Amino acid sequence: MKRLLLAAALAALPLAPTQADQAAIERGADVFKKCKSCHKVGEDAKNGVGPHLNDVFGRKAGSIEDFRYSDDIVRMGNDGLVWDHEKLDIYLENPKALVSKTRMNFRGLKDEADRADVIAFLRAYSDKPQNIPESAPTEMPSDPSVDPAILALQGDPDYGEYLSSECVTCHRADGGDEGIPSITGWPVDDFVVALHAYRSKHRDNQAMQLVASRLSDEEIAGLAAYFASLNE
Amino acid sequence: MKLDLNRRTFVGAAAAGAAALSAPRVMGAGHGKPKVVVIGGGAGGATAARYIAKDSKGEIDVTLIEPQRRYHTCFFSNLAIGGFWDYDKTGHTYDKLAAEYGINVVHDMAIDVDREGKTVTVMSGMKFDYDRLILSPGIDFVAGSVNGWSLNDQDVMPHAYKGGTQAMVLKAQIEAMPEGGTYVMVAPPNPYRCPPGPYERISMVAAKLSRENPTAKIIIADPKPKFSKMGLFTAGWEQHYAGMVEWLGPDFGGGNVAVDPGAMTVNIDGEVVQADVCNVIPAMKAGRIAEIAGVTNDKGWAPVNAADMSSKVDGNIHVLGDSSQQGDMPKSGFSANSQAKVCAMAVRGALTGSKVFPAKFSNTCWSLIAENDGVKVGANYEATEEKIAKTDGFISQNGEDAALRKQTFEESVGWYAGITSDMFG
Repeated sequence: MKRLLLAAALAALPLAPTQADQAAIERGADVFKKCKSCHKVGEDAKNGVGPHLNDVFGRKAGSIEDFRYSDDIVRMGNDGLVWDHEKLDIYLENPKALVSKTRMNFRGLKDEADRADVIAFLRAYSDKPQNIPESAPTEMPSDPSVDPAILALQGDPDYGEYLSSECVTCHRADGGDEGIPSITGWPVDDFVVALHAYRSKHRDNQAMQLVASRLSDEEIAGLAAYFASLNE
Repeated sequence: MKLDLNRRTFVGAAAAGAAALSAPRVMGAGHGKPKVVVIGGGAGGATAARYIAKDSKGEIDVTLIEPQRRYHTCFFSNLAIGGFWDYDKTGHTYDKLAAEYGINVVHDMAIDVDREGKTVTVMSGMKFDYDRLILSPGIDFVAGSVNGWSLNDQDVMPHAYKGGTQAMVLKAQIEAMPEGGTYVMVAPPNPYRCPPGPYERISMVAAKLSRENPTAKIIIADPKPKFSKMGLFTAGWEQHYAGMVEWLGPDFGGGNVAVDPGAMTVNIDGEVVQADVCNVIPAMKAGRIAEIAGVTNDKGWAPVNAADMSSKVDGNIHVLGDSSQQGDMPKSGFSANSQAKVCAMAVRGALTGSKVFPAKFSNTCWSLIAENDGVKVGANYEATEEKIAKTDGFISQNGEDAALRKQTFEESVGWYAGITSDMFG
C-alpha cells in the first residue's frame, strides 16, 4: 500500500527521477520511520502529533490552519521561514537552531546523508519543490551547524551581562514574553544556535539579524552564559 | 475644554520637590562617594541613573532630578490617540528606582548648572553637587518657528509632542470635530524628536477618523521634501485611508505656513484653510537646561563625543538622547536608552575605575500605520572620532504579508514593555 502511494506520487512529478534520486527516496522512506509516529505524508495524510508533510516544500512554517503549533514556529513563519531544502536541512539537523521552543521534540538527524535522503523522500510529496541543489548531494548548502568548538566555548557571564544591556531594551530581563520572546533562563546551547542562525541569516527577523551581525562567537557565548544564569 | 496644564504641572512639581527635599539624605555630602546627578527622567536619564546605581552596587551616589512624579512616555502616545493603547499605560513612576536601586529621586525642576562649582540648582532653591552631570532633558520648541504660534497657544493648537496630557487634549479635539471636518498638522523641520512620529500620528488620527468621522480630511503642511519611512506611510495611507490624507511638501508650499489660533485658520502658501483641529509641531532644540548649562551650539543642540556621550564643551557633563548632537542616530527613546548605557559604563569607569568596554549603539523605531499594521526601521552604530556613525540597518518593506505586519506591531508592544522596565526597573 505504501509503495503504491509512493509510486503514485512519483508519477506526478514533472520530471522523472533519476535512478540516483530514486535510490535516495527509497533510503529516505527508511529514515522517515523515525518521523512517522508523529508525521504523516502521502494521500489523505492528516495531522497527528505533528502536522502532515504533504506539500511541505514552499510551505510557510506554522501555517496549516487547523494545526496547533508552538508560538515560536508561528513567529518564525511570520518572520519569513518557508520550508525549502536548505531550511529543512537545518531544521532536521537541530530543530532548535531555527525554532527555539518548537514542540517538535526530536534531537535531530546528525547524519548529513540521512537528512538528504529524507528530504528527497519528502520532496516526492510536494508539488512545487524548490531550491533543490542541482546535483545532489555534492552541492549541499553551506553547513549551517554550529561548530562543536563554538558550542564548547565557555562564555563569561560578566561580559555577557554588559552585552545584555542591548538585549533587555526589548527582551524583558524578568522573563515577560508579550510580543517578544523571553530569552531568560534558556539552555546555553539553544541560545548559541539561535544567535548563530540569526547571524548567518538562516533566521529571518530583521532586528535580530542586525543585532547578531556584530556579535563575535565569544560574545554570543557570554550572552548565553549570562541569560542562562538568570532564573525564569 | 481649556486646561492651564503648564501652570498646574509646575505648581505640582514644585510642591513635590519640596516634599522630596525634606528628606535629610539629599543634603548628605562628605561621605566621599562619587556623585552623579542626572537631569531628566526619560529614556536617557532614567536608564542612565538605573544602570549606574545597579552596576556600581552602591559605590556611586545617584540623584535623579525630574519634575513629574508620573512620567508619560512620548512613545506610544500616538497609539493612545488612535485608540490602540491605553493612555494610562504610558504613565510610569520612579518608585522602584528610589526603593530598589537607592536612587535619590527629586521631583523638582533643575534651573541652573554651575560648571565651575559643579552644582545643580533646582526650583525650590536646593543645590546638588556632582562629580559627573548627565543631562537628558529631551527637547524644547524654538520660539517663533511657526508664524503665529507660541507655547501659550498649546491648548488651542496642541503640539502633543512631549508626552503627557497634550496627547489627550489633541484626542479630545479630534473627537469634537464636526462631521467632515479638517485636521491640519504643521510638521516640524529636521532635526526633531522621533522622525516617524508625526507620520505615525497622522496614521493614528486617520484610523480614529475612519471609524468615527469618515468624511473628515487630514492636511499635512511639511517643510521637508521627504520623511522617515515615507514609502511605507504613503502606501499605508493609500491602502487604509484612501482619499483622507493630503500631504503638502515644500513644493506645494508646505514650508510656508502661518497659523492664527484665534480664528483657527492655517495659511499654507497664501491659501487659508479653516481648521477644526490644528496640530502644530514646531522646530526643536535641546531641553532648556542644556542651554543654561552652556553646552549647546548655535543650532540649539549639545555636541558630544561619541565614545562616552561627554559634552564637547565640558568633560564632566554628558548629554543623552534628543538634546545631544551625536551624529547619525535618530532622536528616539530607543537611541537615548542605548546611549545611556554607554554613558553609564563610561561614567562608572571614570569614577570607580570599573572596566569600560567599547561603545555600541543601536536603534529600532516601530510605527503603527493601522490596526495590526506595524512597520519598523533599525540600525547599528559605532563610535568614531568624529561622531556616532551608522554601520548597517534595515527597514520594513511594502508588500509584506499581514501576518508579518501584525507580528511587527506585537513586537513593538513587547519592546514597550522591555524598554519601560529597562528605564524604571
